[in-house]
Order: sequence, then structure tokens, then C-alpha cells
Amino acid sequence: MKGVKIILKKLNPGWGIVPIFIFLIIWELAARFNLVPGQFYFPPFSEVMAEFFNLASTGVLGDNFLASLWRVLAGLTAGSLAGVMLGVIMGWKEIAHKSLNPIVSLFLPIPPLGWLPLLLLWIGINEWLPITIIFISSFFPVLYNTIAGIKSVDKDYVKVSRTLGASDIKILTTVVMPLALPMIFTGLRLNAGHAWRVVIAAEMVAIPTGIGALMLRAESLIRIDIIIVCLIVLAVMTFIFDKLFGYMENKVTAKWS
Amino acid sequence: MPNIELKNISRYICKNINLKINEGELMVVLGPSGSGKTTLLNVIAGLTDYEGSVSFDNKPVDGIDASHRRIGYLFQQLVLFPHMDVKKNIAYSLELNKLPRSDIENRVDELLRLAKIKHLGNRYPKYLSGGEKQRVALARALAPSPKVLLLDEPLSSLDLQTAKYLRMELRQFQKNLGITMVYVTHDLSEAEEIADRIAVMNHGNIEQVATPDEVFFFPENQVVSNFIGAPNILDCCSCRKLEQGVVEADCNGLPVIVAHEGNSVNRIAFLPRDIFLSETRPPGPGVNRFEGNVSDIRYTDDSVRVTVDVRSHQLVAEVPYHLFEDMALAPGKHVYLILKLRRIRVYDCNCNDRMHDTGLK
Repeated sequence: MKGVKIILKKLNPGWGIVPIFIFLIIWELAARFNLVPGQFYFPPFSEVMAEFFNLASTGVLGDNFLASLWRVLAGLTAGSLAGVMLGVIMGWKEIAHKSLNPIVSLFLPIPPLGWLPLLLLWIGINEWLPITIIFISSFFPVLYNTIAGIKSVDKDYVKVSRTLGASDIKILTTVVMPLALPMIFTGLRLNAGHAWRVVIAAEMVAIPTGIGALMLRAESLIRIDIIIVCLIVLAVMTFIFDKLFGYMENKVTAKWS
Repeated sequence: MPNIELKNISRYICKNINLKINEGELMVVLGPSGSGKTTLLNVIAGLTDYEGSVSFDNKPVDGIDASHRRIGYLFQQLVLFPHMDVKKNIAYSLELNKLPRSDIENRVDELLRLAKIKHLGNRYPKYLSGGEKQRVALARALAPSPKVLLLDEPLSSLDLQTAKYLRMELRQFQKNLGITMVYVTHDLSEAEEIADRIAVMNHGNIEQVATPDEVFFFPENQVVSNFIGAPNILDCCSCRKLEQGVVEADCNGLPVIVAHEGNSVNRIAFLPRDIFLSETRPPGPGVNRFEGNVSDIRYTDDSVRVTVDVRSHQLVAEVPYHLFEDMALAPGKHVYLILKLRRIRVYDCNCNDRMHDTGLK
């Protein structure tokens, strides 16, 4: 009995995969046995996977994936860095918060894709367009989480640091920013998923390369299997980015948070 | 270690405060919540703006930032840096001063030993108990060798036993290091245990600055008296030793037996809650039992204070509501009192010229 419990405990991390397997089996069977009306628009999982390997082997998927990945990484990194930097300043200095918050609040409600028509005219159709949109979509969540993170640090930490001889900049870099990290990481994790959604949308609307563009071409050719392949890639990448930031957060804050 | 002088300090609730703390003294600032105790500490630390003047060793420090006043500060919540282990917490101020690595390590080791937390060096604060956190916070505050140590109710979150033990240790530290300490609390017994002198604060004013005994036996005014529990205070003109450690004091005609090792008793004091009041004559020996008539009844938040005329004295007894309701007490009623022997505090000092000043301001 004890042995079984130990085995079950060891298997436990893998239990989450079981529902996915069940889902895939139901999908496969439903498509194969024509349980879903309009089978043409509903390929079985095995066919989707076959197309996945086909697209991968011909390099189509790789090229488009790398184009999207580069845009996401560039936009996300730049947007997050800018958000953290401005967030630290606005969170730390009340005068900066009071001066900049009205402007930031004005731009915040505009959805990232709402900028697209304007950016199309200003930037044109090139690599900078999706990167700029991802920059905008990453910037605001990180900015607000950073401001909240910095402001949420108990003022007693600042006071005690001061009595221990720390200057303002030392207090900020050695105490306040590390303590704000959990909230900053929350913003980054939100961004990671968001950036992939935004890049797909931008590529579908205006850019001829990338996973979004591939999906749009597949739609015009009524290639449901390719669309699903793209969606799977999107889901997996969002998942991986979320886990990656989660892992980084854990590495940095797990010991004390 | 410096003396500290506050002149005409005003900030928030604090109004025109003057206070002098001697070199190497442990001054306890005692007062109820919201009386301005923490504000006063922040003024000394330079953590808040203020009107007036603060001097360390007769040198004004008013324009000097907290980071350069060389003070150690133990906050109520201790505020250990959660992202640093114990050693890093203690080394924080030393690293700011860019001391050589070996000097920092030696100093941290010394403080870990002093605070008896050598085994905790690599732990993070979230894995420490309340008492351990307190020791780490103390070691961290002492790391830069401060001239003055300020403590804002640092033991208030600990259980009574641990707090008492740490209080004694803190007192020992202070004596060994000879550091000037200002300790804020709202707990009279805590103040009495460790203070050289007590500054009683109320509504932003300092009502009295005196030794713990003086505060208890010679409260400067009604505010102080009420804060320490409005004790009954009786002057005694003579005393008779009954046996080792037991003395019968003659308190102007009232013979009171007290536990006391000395040969003289100048004054005794006991709190109203330490008088047992009965409508009927209590059984047992007649030690410290008196009878008299009720002259006044006052209701407080959680009890009733009954004033009883006993010979030439008026003694105030405190009766819990639930007991009072079962008694038929009224002015003029004849009652019996028992003074709890171990609760009677004795003041024994022949040289105090305030002995005859019994009236409260």
C-alpha cells in the first residue's frame, strides 16, 4: 500500500497531462468517426500533426516561427525594460508619478492594436511595426506593476535602511527594487502571453511573415490543419514563456518571498 | 556615547518637548498609543522634519540626515530585509561603508556571537522565530557601532516569556556596551524592568521624567497617576520588623504589613485592583484587613472604582462589573478590605526630599 502511494506521489507531476491525452483521443475519434458535422473543417489530430511535421521539414513553420519569435523578443524586451525603468522612477519619486501619471493614464486604455492604423502610416509595413505594437502592449502592464511594486514596499524598510547609512540610490537598488521584484515579475508574465497574442494579430493584419501571416494564408486556402498547427504553436509558446518567467521569478525570489 | 538633548521639539502631536537623556542611559518613553512616542524617536533619528533642536553631545544634529546621525533603530515590526539572509542583513551597513571584506566578516561574526545567533547566519528572515528576528534586528542595528540606539516597542509581538527574557538581555547589552538607549513602550511593567529613567508621554506632552520608583510613588500629576493605574499611595512614618523580609509599616495610623528586606518604609503604594473588597467580614487572620465606609462609586470602562474611607485614609478599590452587580454597594455602606500582601510596593529612601509631597498636581 505504501509502495503504491509512493508511486502515485512520484507520478503526480504527470497527472496534468492525462486530461490533454483524453482530449486528444476524443478529438481524434470524433474527427475519424465523423461525429462532428462538417468533417472537412475538422481534421483529426493525427493529420494536424502530420502537417506540423511537413511544415517543419520544409522550413515554412521554422521561418515564420522565428520571424514571430524575434518580434516578440525584441518588443517584449524593449517594452519591459522601458516599463520597469519608468515604473521605478514613478514609483520612487512622487513628483514623477504626479507629473507623468495623467499622461500614462490617458494612453493606457487604448488597446495595442488600436495603434495599428496610425503606426501603419507612421512606420509603414516593416519589422518595426509589430515590434512597436508589442512594445506598447508590454510597456503598460510592466509599468503599472512596477509602480505598484515599488509603492507597496513598506516605508519602514526605507527608514531602517536610512538609519543604517544608506543613500537614496542605495535604498532603491539594494532594498526597494528587490522587494518589488515579485510584482514586476507578475507584470512580465502577463506580458509574455500578451505579446504572442498581439504579434499574431499584427501579422494577420499587416505583416506578410510570421505565424499570424501563415494563419491568414492558410485561412484563404481553407487549410484548417495549418491553422490548428499555428494555434498549437501559439499556445505552446505562450505556455513556455509563462513558465520561463515563472522559473526566473522563482530563481530570484523563492528563497525569501 | 553621547547625551541627547531635545529642545522645544514640535512635530505632529508632539508640542514643545524638552528632554535630556544622559550619556549611557536607558531612557524609556512610556505612554499610551498615539501619545507621540514614535514621532519623538523619529525626530531623534532624523527620519522626520521637526521644529526645535536635537543635540548629540551638545552638538546640534538638526541639518544632518538620518543616514549620517549614527543611530541604530529597532522598529516595532523589526523590518529585517526579507531578501537577505541573516549575515547579509547584519553586514548591510558595513557594506555600505565599503569596508574590506575580511573586516565585514569579522564584525558580522562578532555580532552573531554577541546576539547568540551564530547558528542562524545563513537563514532567511522568513525561517526565523519572533525572538530570533529580534536578535538579528538588534545585531543589525549595532553593526555600524551607533552612538544611540532607538527601540520602538521591539518586543511587543513576542510572547510574555520570550519578551521578558530578551528584555533582560537587552538591558545587559546596554550596560556592557554603555550605549545611550531610548526605548519606547506603552507597558509600565516593561518600562519599570529596564529603565534608568522613564519619560511619561501623553497627548504629545512629556508629563514626567523620573526613575521608575519615582514615577510610581510620586506621579507628577493625575495624568501620570491614571496611566500607571491610579495607585493608592500612603506615607508611612515608622515601621517595625516582624521577621526576615516582613515589616509592619505605620502609615499614619494604618498598620500595613509589607514584604520588604530593608529597615525603613517611607511610602507604600498598591493598585486599586490589588484590594479585595467584601460586604461581609472575611474569614482568616486579620493581616492587612481593614473596614470602612463607601464614600464614592465611579464607573469605568471595564470595572467600578469604589472609594472607601478607612480611618483617616481614602482607599480606592477596583471591583469587576460582574461582581459589583451582585453586591449592594452604595455610599455609606460598611465594607471590608484586604490588601494583597505581595502586591504592595514599598518605597524606601530616607534622602528623598519629595517624600512629603503627596498631593497630585
